[in-house]
Amino acid sequence: MTPELGHFALILALCVSLVQGTLPLLGAQYARREWIVLARPAAQATFLLMLASFGALAWSFYANDFSVQYVAEHSNSQLPTVYRFGAVWGGHEGSLLLWVFMLSGWSVAVAFFSRTLDETMVARVIAVLGLVMTGLLLFILFTSNPFNRLIPAAENGRDLNPLLQDPGLVFHPPMLYMGYVGFAVAFAFAIAALLSGRLDAAWARWSRPWTTGAWIFLTLGIALGSWWAYYELGWGGWWFWDPVENASFMPWLLGTALLHSLAVTEKRGSFKSWTVLLAIGAFSLSLLGTFLVRSGVLTSVHAFATDPRRGIFILILLVLVVGASLTLFAWRAPKVALGGAFGLISRESMLLTGNVLLVVACASVLLGTLYPLIIDALKLGKISVGPPYFNAVFVPVMTPVLFLLAAVPLARWKHTDIKEIALRMWIPGALALIAGALVPIAMGGWTVLTGLGVALSIWVAASGVIQVVRRVRSSMPPASFWAMHLGHFGVAVFVFGVTMVGGYQEEQDVRMEPGDTVSVGGYQFKMIEVKDVPGPNYSAAQGAFEVSRNGKVSQVLQPEKRNYFSSTMPMTEAAIDAGFTRDVYVSLGEPLEGKAWAVRVYYKPFVDWIWGGCLLMALGGVFAITDRRYRLRVKAASTVPTEVAAGLKGATP
Amino acid sequence: MKAKFLIPLGLFVVLVGFLAVGLGLDPREVPSPLVNKPAPLFKLTQLEQPELAFAPEELKGKVWLFNVWASWCVACRQEHPVLMEFSRSKNIPVIGLDYKDQRKDAMGVLRRAGNPYDLTAFDGDGRVGIDYGVYGVPESYLIDKAGVIRYKHIGPITAEDLQKKIIPLINELNKS
Repeated sequence: MTPELGHFALILALCVSLVQGTLPLLGAQYARREWIVLARPAAQATFLLMLASFGALAWSFYANDFSVQYVAEHSNSQLPTVYRFGAVWGGHEGSLLLWVFMLSGWSVAVAFFSRTLDETMVARVIAVLGLVMTGLLLFILFTSNPFNRLIPAAENGRDLNPLLQDPGLVFHPPMLYMGYVGFAVAFAFAIAALLSGRLDAAWARWSRPWTTGAWIFLTLGIALGSWWAYYELGWGGWWFWDPVENASFMPWLLGTALLHSLAVTEKRGSFKSWTVLLAIGAFSLSLLGTFLVRSGVLTSVHAFATDPRRGIFILILLVLVVGASLTLFAWRAPKVALGGAFGLISRESMLLTGNVLLVVACASVLLGTLYPLIIDALKLGKISVGPPYFNAVFVPVMTPVLFLLAAVPLARWKHTDIKEIALRMWIPGALALIAGALVPIAMGGWTVLTGLGVALSIWVAASGVIQVVRRVRSSMPPASFWAMHLGHFGVAVFVFGVTMVGGYQEEQDVRMEPGDTVSVGGYQFKMIEVKDVPGPNYSAAQGAFEVSRNGKVSQVLQPEKRNYFSSTMPMTEAAIDAGFTRDVYVSLGEPLEGKAWAVRVYYKPFVDWIWGGCLLMALGGVFAITDRRYRLRVKAASTVPTEVAAGLKGATP
Repeated sequence: MKAKFLIPLGLFVVLVGFLAVGLGLDPREVPSPLVNKPAPLFKLTQLEQPELAFAPEELKGKVWLFNVWASWCVACRQEHPVLMEFSRSKNIPVIGLDYKDQRKDAMGVLRRAGNPYDLTAFDGDGRVGIDYGVYGVPESYLIDKAGVIRYKHIGPITAEDLQKKIIPLINELNKS
């Protein structure tokens, strides 16, 4: 009965979201107040219905209802309860339900937190979200219903893919989807602004916290996925340029550009059409990512069970959403007034350069991801594009971004003197050069890439620290100041981690028997034994390795090789001793003859800085949202005061 | 309308064109290395009569369908009625391979849902499956009179697959 109720709630949600997507939009167009005020209650109703629907599916998992096909395919009575909840989004149908559930959550949040905004604007935003939701609900109901029954019921479920039975993976998809879906709000704001013709500073200020919120979730979601790949796959890597990773990275790159471009639009009224285009682009890439993952056009470790009908449906949805918004853009954007003029060297021009570079980076990832598809479609053969392409393209594009990133906060709006910046940047510049020359040598060998990486990271970090110290001396800066510097410092930490791991990691892939010792990065690993241990729904071979340095034993690492009863593929659980300056990492490969095993041992200097950097960036985002000016009551169309304020700020030396 | 504002739309149209063509292609369609190679030999006990054995050589001179299935496989249930229908109207032997399974469970499924197989070989530890390169159940192989694999089907066989691909191929192989 519960699954049917969930199914019914889903159908009702479709009906209500159709109302949410049409009437308020028409009401805003024809100034019919009774239609405009429908927006908020409709958003609330959709949310409650989606909550009921999602709850019904979660309950079916909790209750082990194997008469529901989706449950039978992704759960098992032996599966621990925590993972039974995680399994709700362990497959295509459930994860799509989660997607729409979150979209309804974002739109109810807009309804709730936008009391101060103009009623017509809110109605338009909620309506655009409602239209997107309608499309996705149709998709679920027609091609991917999670509530389909399996008759006769299965005696037991097929179990959740063992790769997904991990705490990191319970949270990775919801975080990522919160980010993807959150860009829908920025998108809806952009469309509403295009429809109303009100592309002004107030619009930018309203969009900023929502965009930042989505960006925080996306940052954390990507970092979690990367961290999971690092410790769960047992290959020691943290990023593989897999098409699905790229699908999440592309909206992140555009989202980052959007955050900065929105700042200019808010403060200076410039870049309006560019900002709108980025907002459309970030959400379009989220949808494109959904298409790539679920249509089966690309091969990937993440691919869901594919069904050509689904691919066609999402492609149609993509054409409708993106095609319509880009057409609207081509129609309305030329009428947008230009913002304030700015000089060749100014904060605007530097932000614009950084923005364009981020978009170029995003375009090159898109090209690399779709290249196999394009070549295949043109009948030129089957190829795959791997990390060498992405690394070769990425380093040259991101180097100037990092170079600018340190200097932009010093530049003034409108016009800035390059000598003045140079005067204030010589200390970080000198530190960067010294560190770039010396740190790699201390680590064991200088190469162009490690020198460059260290120098850029120190350049960003040092200039940030100096600016913060100078600013704090005069008065307590606002949250947005801390937000910017925390975020940028996170980038520096991230770049340092990537450089160190890329340049100085060591690995050994060896055959070991109990008693053997292998040495990596100054650590000795002695294999003591491999024994069998039982788990709840798997059996495992667990190794014990004594780790020592300079003859002193520090600890015993216990990597596992698990055989889940439901799967033919053995799973690797690496054992990691994480540290501030390095990880040591042991994973069991294949059992060889006798008591011998293939063993992989890694020494990864500063690897945790990669995710630490992401955390700092996300924390910067949190600070940005808490800035007080978003809480202030927005007075009607307050473009003038901001312009004046910005002008005053630009005038003070 | 200024032309430069149409550029994003233009790029998007090109992208959609490629995606639409891409939908019709299968990136996984890497030809199986086993197609047109002799079917790997094995000798296994039969599922329902463990005292009897089965080896593919016994079917030399016949075209036959080799279907890998298991009681724990949900997609196999989808395929089951298609195989039942095929085995009723067929003219070739259908042999099952019960992959990584328990005899009791597998026999239960055949008892309840019907048995489309002339016989099923029991591959409890999955070794024969590995020889055949099975990586998802169900999978099916069409093997010709000389014992050579002529077609491999990954995933459940649908009625359409039977009509369009498998039955025409059987007719062709039977003629030669």
